[in-house]
Amino acid sequence: MLSIAPAACAPLELSAARPQIGAMEPSDAELIAAVLAGDSSRFEPLVVKYQPRIFATARRYARRESEVEDIVQEVFLKAFQKLSSFRGDAPFEHWLMRLAVRTCFDFLRAHQRNREATFSELTEPETDWLERFGAAPDACPDDADAARQLVGRVLFELSAPARMVITLLEIEERSVKEIAELTGWSAPLVKVRAFRARAQMRKILAKMAKDKYV
Amino acid sequence: MNLSDLQAKLLRVARANPPDAAVPYAFEKRIMARIASPRPESAWALWGVSLWRGAVACMAVTLLCAFWAYSSAQRQTESAANFSQSLEATVFASMDQPVEDSW
Repeated sequence: MLSIAPAACAPLELSAARPQIGAMEPSDAELIAAVLAGDSSRFEPLVVKYQPRIFATARRYARRESEVEDIVQEVFLKAFQKLSSFRGDAPFEHWLMRLAVRTCFDFLRAHQRNREATFSELTEPETDWLERFGAAPDACPDDADAARQLVGRVLFELSAPARMVITLLEIEERSVKEIAELTGWSAPLVKVRAFRARAQMRKILAKMAKDKYV
Repeated sequence: MNLSDLQAKLLRVARANPPDAAVPYAFEKRIMARIASPRPESAWALWGVSLWRGAVACMAVTLLCAFWAYSSAQRQTESAANFSQSLEATVFASMDQPVEDSW
């Protein structure tokens, strides 16, 4: 008969293994209050917490990684400088996202190039994807690299307001009210810009299809 | 090719492929270093600040000049009134005097 006896265990080391009860992470409000009181170092946890989200947002609007980093840096520097204007009636993340979207919009406007580029520079995979779409639209995969590159090309050709509204409304699927709050535009302006953006996008696609004789 | 379908398809592709949320190593240190170090002011920023300060100073000078002009005008009005009274008194003084049979 087996005797099941508890194995002799070494006493648990509680001090190092278990996290200290009570040392909870400070909330955003506490960190903000500390920064406003003069302790700038308390801004770092806020940066660490929100920088992935801000990087993802910036990557929707900038192609080069150096530009993305510049945008994110600009967002956080502005956030630090304007922290006293944060009233706390909405989550800090919303306020920060508003700042990020507006910084991205400023970036788009500053980097608006001549958008008369032709689509003769399409790569072979992109051309193949387009031709496959023309032949069988449903058979074209959504996750193809060529499709992603084509989307990037089309978005790049849009004007700054059109790109912003298409990204927020159609890609991120935000509501008109959310977009109005993020951008500072009125709701009717968002709708007008959305209408124009869709028309602009169709015009670009028509030019693309015409250039490739697809 | 149906452009509306192509547009919808490309937007679906964009939705299905969100951008990467990767962060460069120690990026927060870079931000904190920028916050800690005094930023060199750009020439345009300094120019803008100087313009604003100049505008405030000009406004103050303008207000002072306006006040001075207004108070001067008030004094001139009073002195003009005194002058006109004196002139009138002088002109009509001869009429007020009794005519003497000097001829």
